[in-house]
Amino acid sequence: MDGIHDMGGMHGFGKIEPEANEPVFHAAWEARCLALNRAMGAAGAWTIDEARFGIEELPPEVYLSHSYYGKWALRLEHMVVERGFAGADEIAAGHALRPGKALRRRFDLAAVPRSLTRGSFGRPAPAPARFEVGERVRTRNIHPSTHTRLPRYARGRVGVIEALRGCHVFPDTSAIGAGENPQWLYTVQFEGRELWGENADPTLKVSIEAFEPYLEGA
Amino acid sequence: MAQDHDHGGDEEHGSELSEMQLRVRALETVLAEKGYVDPAALDVMIEAFETKIGPHIGARVVAKAWSDPAFKEALIADATQAVQTLGLINRVGDHLIAVENTPTLHNMIVCTLCSCYPWEVLGLPPVWYKSAPYRSRAVSDPRGVLADFGLTLPGETQIRVWDSTAETRFIVLPMRPAGTEGWGEDKLAALVTRDSMIGTGLPKDPKAVG
Repeated sequence: MDGIHDMGGMHGFGKIEPEANEPVFHAAWEARCLALNRAMGAAGAWTIDEARFGIEELPPEVYLSHSYYGKWALRLEHMVVERGFAGADEIAAGHALRPGKALRRRFDLAAVPRSLTRGSFGRPAPAPARFEVGERVRTRNIHPSTHTRLPRYARGRVGVIEALRGCHVFPDTSAIGAGENPQWLYTVQFEGRELWGENADPTLKVSIEAFEPYLEGA
Repeated sequence: MAQDHDHGGDEEHGSELSEMQLRVRALETVLAEKGYVDPAALDVMIEAFETKIGPHIGARVVAKAWSDPAFKEALIADATQAVQTLGLINRVGDHLIAVENTPTLHNMIVCTLCSCYPWEVLGLPPVWYKSAPYRSRAVSDPRGVLADFGLTLPGETQIRVWDSTAETRFIVLPMRPAGTEGWGEDKLAALVTRDSMIGTGLPKDPKAVG
């Protein structure tokens, strides 16, 4: 979706302000929030793509006015209610009022080690890869109202296939419960000028990780 | 455990802090009572992120690559496999990719869409990495971004920005600083900063570490 989360190339957000000796979390609730989100994902409540779409669905003014883990908390609340894992009345009460819904697995101590390794999203390829390393491609000019991993700044642009990264779960369908629909993934490199025009830094090259349906021959 | 402290200190942040504390506590209670999550398992996960997983792992990887040409070659060929052989973490997630800085090329990592980050080797990302200023400017104005970090590269250096838009994850292999000939891996690892592995910084000056 063409949402506020798709920030590449936007102006006006100001300077970057690194924090010296930054702690891992700035408050205990941030740690609980991170763990709860990851635990529900590990328990099989939703896929990573559905969870990312959950953040993107926050209204832009909410997205911009909340901290990173603040957004995670709102997303978690929204998703557990939307998917029937808990009622808004239960969250308001701060206690379960009804038994839970069946989940693939409970997030318990035995599930922790597995949750500390990133999931594996590689899948067997349904067809040979369409593009080869070195080939020129153009990204498609698409504007789905649902989740996509093709950023706006890199749509309709000509680049070169730099690497083939295997065949992976396709976020665009996985995010909306339409299946894993595995697709080839490529690193596509663009000249800065192709993305930002003639005043771009001439020494700049940018790459995205692009799924095959994002690409056409150029 | 994380300490409650009001980072930033402005009124808006303070109100978010107390509101979020309450909301997250309510969520945890409900989800635990429903039987979905065991709070003790959340404690263990949090402890891992606070004490076990962090940029010290990436620093060991870089120091090894600086010291062992065969390992460096393996790292560039397949970082997932290469890091696995070091035994620093249980298992490395798929598709970790190491990109090498050279005298003519500087790499920088970003996730413009969310917060994708190689956390198995660097830990959780810092706030600035997830912030709008970094995500918006890294792909269009990387030299301006580097200036915010106090870093100026030669005008002719090629800048390569990797936008982490899929489940591939990137780590920058910075250049080994001059003046470190004969240094062991422990001493070298102490030079490797988190930011040097994201591409917004360089390793520490060996003279400053001695």
